[in-house]
Amino acid sequence: MGLLEHKVCLVTGAGRGIGAETVRKFAEEGAAVYGTARTEGTLDARFAELAGQYHTPVVPLYFDVTDEAAAKRAVMQIRKEQGRLDVLVNNAGIMQDNVIGMIGYDLMRAVFDVNVFAVISMTQLAVKLMGRQGSGSVINLSSIVGLDGAAGQAVYSASKGAVAALTKAASKELSPKGIRVNAVAPGLIDTDLLRVIGEKRIEENLSHVRMGRLGRPEDVAGVITFLASDMSGYVTGKIIGVDGDFQV
Amino acid sequence: MTNQEKYNKAFMTALEITEGQLSGLKYQEIEAWDSVGHMGLVAALEDAFDIMMDTDDIIDLSSYEKGMEILSREEYGIVF
Ligand SMILES: NC(=O)c1ccc[n+]([C@@H]2O[C@H](COP(=O)([O-])OP(=O)(O)OC[C@H]3O[C@@H](n4cnc5c(N)ncnc54)[C@H](OP(=O)(O)O)[C@@H]3O)[C@@H](O)[C@H]2O)c1
Repeated sequence: MGLLEHKVCLVTGAGRGIGAETVRKFAEEGAAVYGTARTEGTLDARFAELAGQYHTPVVPLYFDVTDEAAAKRAVMQIRKEQGRLDVLVNNAGIMQDNVIGMIGYDLMRAVFDVNVFAVISMTQLAVKLMGRQGSGSVINLSSIVGLDGAAGQAVYSASKGAVAALTKAASKELSPKGIRVNAVAPGLIDTDLLRVIGEKRIEENLSHVRMGRLGRPEDVAGVITFLASDMSGYVTGKIIGVDGDFQV
Repeated sequence: MTNQEKYNKAFMTALEITEGQLSGLKYQEIEAWDSVGHMGLVAALEDAFDIMMDTDDIIDLSSYEKGMEILSREEYGIVF
């Protein structure tokens, strides 16, 4: 029996990177999975393939996480189709930044809209369903730089630090309702998001990773799966590093 | 059950009050309608009418009468 059998899960930002691998792993573990992307149709073929391979519903939803009304419609759809929601993975995120002195409000707003405000909003929506069930697991994507900071990444680091604080605050508020809230704090994971910084900077950073390699999406998806499953049923308010011993 | 009856029942069950207390009732006027009671009330209304209320509307739901005004809007389409 899979670790997530009979669980209904929602993963935001499911078209690539960590989110895409999380959807695959959840399906492999027997969950009914809903995954999101912004561009209509982009998930259809891959999700149909996963549904066939793992014999479980893998359903695409298309919306921007900063669009609260669209997010609400998506959660309503899950409620109508499944009657419950057991797991929310707030994975969608962007990494944009500038050096101190060149950080405009538009940049700050764009990053916080997706990385922080949408996470609060999605959590509120999911908790409506989870609260009625008296159970649920919310998993947020923080980052090692949200805990330790990184030069040149003031805005992104601040947004991911906010995610860590939000995780702890929400876990305290929601544990009496049986809802767990945890986060993973990845280090350098080989995805599009990381590739944006360029090969040179990746190589420089890699020299500070004691395990000597970049993380893979499956390294993070494994920990997310643990946090989604009942194996972590007594774990809440924790930020789990997935960084191969990276010293930022 | 009429929509009015469903609406009243949600209030009475969630806040453990009688029908006679409904008219003119305001948020935080009674002990049961505090912020925690408010979330229970919202859940009861959402279940009764099979809707999900917007966060702004949840914040706006400041009285028994205001709730009816909100739910009558086109978005929820509930006719009292
Ligand atoms: N890679 C790393 O090294 C690393 C390290 C620490 C933390 N993280 C965090 O892990 C999460 C996943 O990152 P990743 O590396 O897998 O990134 P990625 O490959 O760039 O994927 C990001 C995902 O987020 C989605 N997204 C972005 N903005 C969105 C919006 N407004 N509405 C809906 N979806 C949106 C994208 O959807 P579209 O396909 O529609 O564009 C995409 O699926 C992020 O929160 C990131 O901050 C990553």
